[in-house]
Amino acid sequence: MAAVRDIIITGLLLGGIFALVSVGLSLQYGVGRVLNVAHGEFIMIGAFVTFWLFSSINLNPIVSIVITAPLIFVIGWLLHATLFRRLMHNAPNLDVFEGQSMLAAFGLLYVAQNIARIIWGSQTYQVNYMNTTVTGAQIPLNRLVALAVVIVVGVAFYLFLARTRMGKAIRSSAQDPTTAGLMGVDINSVLAICFGLGLAMAGIAGSLISFVYPIQTSMGLQYTVIAMIVVVLGGLGSITGAMIGGVILGIVSQLVTHFQPTWTMIAYYVVFVVLLLARPKGIMGK
Amino acid sequence: MLVVFVVLALLPQYNHGYTVTLLTDILRYAILTLAWMIFSGPTNYMSLATAAFYGIGFYIAAIANGPVPFAVAIIIAGLVSFVVALLVGALTLRLRGVYFCIFTFALTLLIQNVVLEVERVVTHTRGRFVEAETTEVAYYAMFIVAIFTIAMAVLIRRSRYGLALQSIGEHEEAAAHSGINVVRTKVLVFAASAMPMAMAGAIIATQRTYIDPGIAFSLQSSFLPVLMALFGGMSNLVGPIIGAAVFTYIGELLLTEFPDLYMLIFGVVLILAILFMPNGIVGLAQTVWTKIRGSRRSAAEGGRRAPA
Repeated sequence: MAAVRDIIITGLLLGGIFALVSVGLSLQYGVGRVLNVAHGEFIMIGAFVTFWLFSSINLNPIVSIVITAPLIFVIGWLLHATLFRRLMHNAPNLDVFEGQSMLAAFGLLYVAQNIARIIWGSQTYQVNYMNTTVTGAQIPLNRLVALAVVIVVGVAFYLFLARTRMGKAIRSSAQDPTTAGLMGVDINSVLAICFGLGLAMAGIAGSLISFVYPIQTSMGLQYTVIAMIVVVLGGLGSITGAMIGGVILGIVSQLVTHFQPTWTMIAYYVVFVVLLLARPKGIMGK
Repeated sequence: MLVVFVVLALLPQYNHGYTVTLLTDILRYAILTLAWMIFSGPTNYMSLATAAFYGIGFYIAAIANGPVPFAVAIIIAGLVSFVVALLVGALTLRLRGVYFCIFTFALTLLIQNVVLEVERVVTHTRGRFVEAETTEVAYYAMFIVAIFTIAMAVLIRRSRYGLALQSIGEHEEAAAHSGINVVRTKVLVFAASAMPMAMAGAIIATQRTYIDPGIAFSLQSSFLPVLMALFGGMSNLVGPIIGAAVFTYIGELLLTEFPDLYMLIFGVVLILAILFMPNGIVGLAQTVWTKIRGSRRSAAEGGRRAPA
């Protein structure tokens, strides 16, 4: 019974991180139509910047989010304003743009990995932060803190989308960019902000992952795949769906890890295939 | 065209070593790009499963080359890949657009993980050794598979299947309503296009003494063919081959000159190529050509022409 409880709790914690990563990817694709295969690389960058701040000036990993998130947001904003905006305006239609932007993202993946490898090499690191378990359960304290941060970020983002002017602009651009543009929404700026926000979430997730799991410069791809699976599970472009999908995958992950840790990746894929065939548009898809 | 074939066929007699290796590499990417284009070109289904089938070829070579002759091993690789693609296709080709793209992307990583896990449990190793072949043998094998791929591309394009694929790409429901068995066409062509990919993989594997899932299923083999096809232009069969040659050469050059910065520079080249030559080298040639002919004539002619 205790095992079941632990699986559910750790699954929820992991699911929270997955959800954060996936909401970022969903934002980039749902609004900007960029299938960002380099998404995980920004998780890696967030994790390593956090690690670097922790090991050099002993900065608290939670506090370092205040640095990583804006930093990666700016990188994302600049990438969209220079690279993806130009691609979008030159592409004859959306299909061509999706193909080209995905290839460009693959180029980014190469660039990011190589730079990171030059700076940090290919060893494994971990930030040793709050590595004590909570009494009564085998749950490390740092995971609870990570979940709290995920919830705070999630609620803040939800309020941002639902209540602010910018949030409204983002939602309308996701529905119909042309009409949104006619109604006075500055599409270019909305898309760049969405891309930046999506990456910033990857960066926050990276900061959290850095003290929950070991990190390497090659860790990005694995999270990109998880995010893609979650996003398809939840329905492309659906923020709520990405959150639900993240939690489902988190619990599946812990369940499989409990029995056979090396099968997690395969288990993700099985869940993915079954759900894709049963409900191709995802849980929350229209 | 024929001259090129003859030159390529006789080349190893006069030139040894590096040139032959480089040409084998170019042919490999030309095969992957053309094979990718057979299915993804007309249908607009962007497949990222190239690396999956290519990697299957690696493993078939590791298992079969030696026990059976090299030629047989290559054919087995093609057949196994055909069957796998048939199963995968039947399961997933009702997915469209970005869903199909994500699915094939994840498929490569799934097969990679399954192979890794099977090796861990069954053979207790991470990688395998492959029975080596000489560079000349590999070159000729690659050359023959390249001809096979071109022939397949031309034949499919000219057959009923080619037209069917084209109409699926333009409007899938309309194609279905005009009597095309959409599912069968897609699955069969997808499976056929997976054959040359695995064959190329089986040949390249014999040039590496050691392989592991990371080498065999490297995502590069999925993305580069897409890049090469876009760069070369998808309207004919020569463009992708040029694209393959250009990028293989650039890649090779970077790998020998700057091994530590290879990914960085290649990534930047890739981004710049997409950014400044979105219509590929054929599109670029057309732009330059219209400029030479004078802007007035091209304005009258090109105004109504659809972008390449």
